[in-house]
Amino acid sequence: MRRWLPLLAAAAAALVLGLVVGPASLGLGAVWDAVWGRGDETAQSIVRGLRLPRVLLAFLVGGSLSVTGATLQAVVRNPLADPYLLGLSGGAGLGAVAAIALGVGGAWAVPLAALLGALLAIVLVYRIALVAGGLLDARVLLLAGVVVGAFAASLMGAIMALSPAREVRNALLWLLGSFDGASWQALTIFGAYALLPLAALYAMARPMDLLALGEEPAQFLGADVERTKRRLYLAASVLTAVAVSVSGIIGFVGLVVPHAVRILWGHTHQQLLPSAFLLGGTLVVVADAAARTAFAPLEMPVGVVTALVGVPVFVWLVRRWAS
Amino acid sequence: MGELIFEARGACYRYPGAGADAVSDVDIEVAAGELVAIVGPNGSGKTTLARLLLGVIVPSGGAVLAAGRPAAAWTRRELARRVGVVAQREEPVFPLRVHQAVLFGRYAHLGPLGAPGPRDIEAVERALERCDVGHLRGRWVATLSGGEWQRVRIARALAQEPDALVLDEATASLDVRHEMEVFELVAALVRDEGLAAVLVTHHVNLAARFAHRVVVMDGGEARAQGPPQEVLRRDVLEQVFGWPVEISTWRGAPQFVPLRRGERGDESSA
Repeated sequence: MRRWLPLLAAAAAALVLGLVVGPASLGLGAVWDAVWGRGDETAQSIVRGLRLPRVLLAFLVGGSLSVTGATLQAVVRNPLADPYLLGLSGGAGLGAVAAIALGVGGAWAVPLAALLGALLAIVLVYRIALVAGGLLDARVLLLAGVVVGAFAASLMGAIMALSPAREVRNALLWLLGSFDGASWQALTIFGAYALLPLAALYAMARPMDLLALGEEPAQFLGADVERTKRRLYLAASVLTAVAVSVSGIIGFVGLVVPHAVRILWGHTHQQLLPSAFLLGGTLVVVADAAARTAFAPLEMPVGVVTALVGVPVFVWLVRRWAS
Repeated sequence: MGELIFEARGACYRYPGAGADAVSDVDIEVAAGELVAIVGPNGSGKTTLARLLLGVIVPSGGAVLAAGRPAAAWTRRELARRVGVVAQREEPVFPLRVHQAVLFGRYAHLGPLGAPGPRDIEAVERALERCDVGHLRGRWVATLSGGEWQRVRIARALAQEPDALVLDEATASLDVRHEMEVFELVAALVRDEGLAAVLVTHHVNLAARFAHRVVVMDGGEARAQGPPQEVLRRDVLEQVFGWPVEISTWRGAPQFVPLRRGERGDESSA
């Protein structure tokens, strides 16, 4: 309880902050009324139609990225692994950039293309990492992620070089992450796709504890190592792919949040995963609020905000880890 | 003799792509209440034999049984309730406290979501007590000495409430005191709790004093096996290790001393 109370309080405060800040200045009371469908019509449509789905989506995406980060850290036994390590951000980016450059219309074209790109990258990385005898090698998995990501990035570069400037700008903005396109529909779809991987990962919390010890000890303590690794990799990467497709690439959350939770509250995944979910959601909602207001009426990509905060924290963590 | 825990009959194993068997036609038996040491030079097949017994690899010929069933036919979870393993090295990447590390020994008994029950807590406490690491329960494992960490890992294996322990070079990096503590602990567990124990070790002299039976591996074959005084003879050890040795006896247990060049009389005159 000592841990959950502050986390839940911070999450609630972040959600309120996310609802209150924005170009139209609405007081706390007006926002509260609007959430429950009372008071001013315009306020209602701003809060219920725009801000509420946006903060909820930001929370879910931030939480999901943190959970996948924690998972992949256990799988590759490296506390500095992050959800994008496995090349799927490159795949998603390639899909999105291709859709933008080809001028495919419709609100769902870019997210769908990003999702397809990410899934393609997942399959490719997984195939490369299945080494002799059909075993999934965590070290090869990392390298495969890096090369698939690099390959996708160079294709992306080629497409951008050949595209008109405006399209390039749109693609770049998308890549840097944004909840600009949040809607109830996006929230529902994301929620529907995220629920199963999140539940599956939580159900595998104990095998994750064992896997983090190393594959051999995990096996002798009763974990079915190969099956666990595959399921964890697939659940985590599908979850990341769906997150990327609705919000673009929001960096450093999945790296820094699990790490912070480990330092504060320890490493058993039954506690780590839900704590990381709450803290990650909280931070992304706050980052999104900052992205919306810092240069209003212009909006910064939320990925820029998380990177600006995340990089120094990451450097500090790496140096702390190395010593 | 107690219930048979491990049994290999004509067991063979060849690594994929290798030109020869790493383990070839080995017969061994390990019963409850028995401490069996596997000794032999590097690359003689000791660890491969242990991996066969633990069902990590499937024999390419013959049969290997653990608790009456082909070792590789157990699920890892089922086998973890029967057999605890302490391997040579394990370096945790993520910080962990001692009591948490020992609780991991209960995971094979726990469902995916439920909290550890009173029986699990009791098993952890008993294991901590038995291995004399109860006072370390709140420590981070990274701050333990090599010997303490090894005892914690034995406690973790005991928390599994197994019928057998397998230690693969578990004392390789320990100094004399810590190594003796580990051997004494395992011998006491075998004597008092009727566990079966398999010790893969380089320390022939300690094997001679602690083990009921010794298996001498050489080139993948069990060159000799039986009580230490019958097996650890000069001719066997010289042939297996390819080095001149002299055997003496300490309280009935054969103890060998590797000779320096020229130390044996018949050699210096030659």
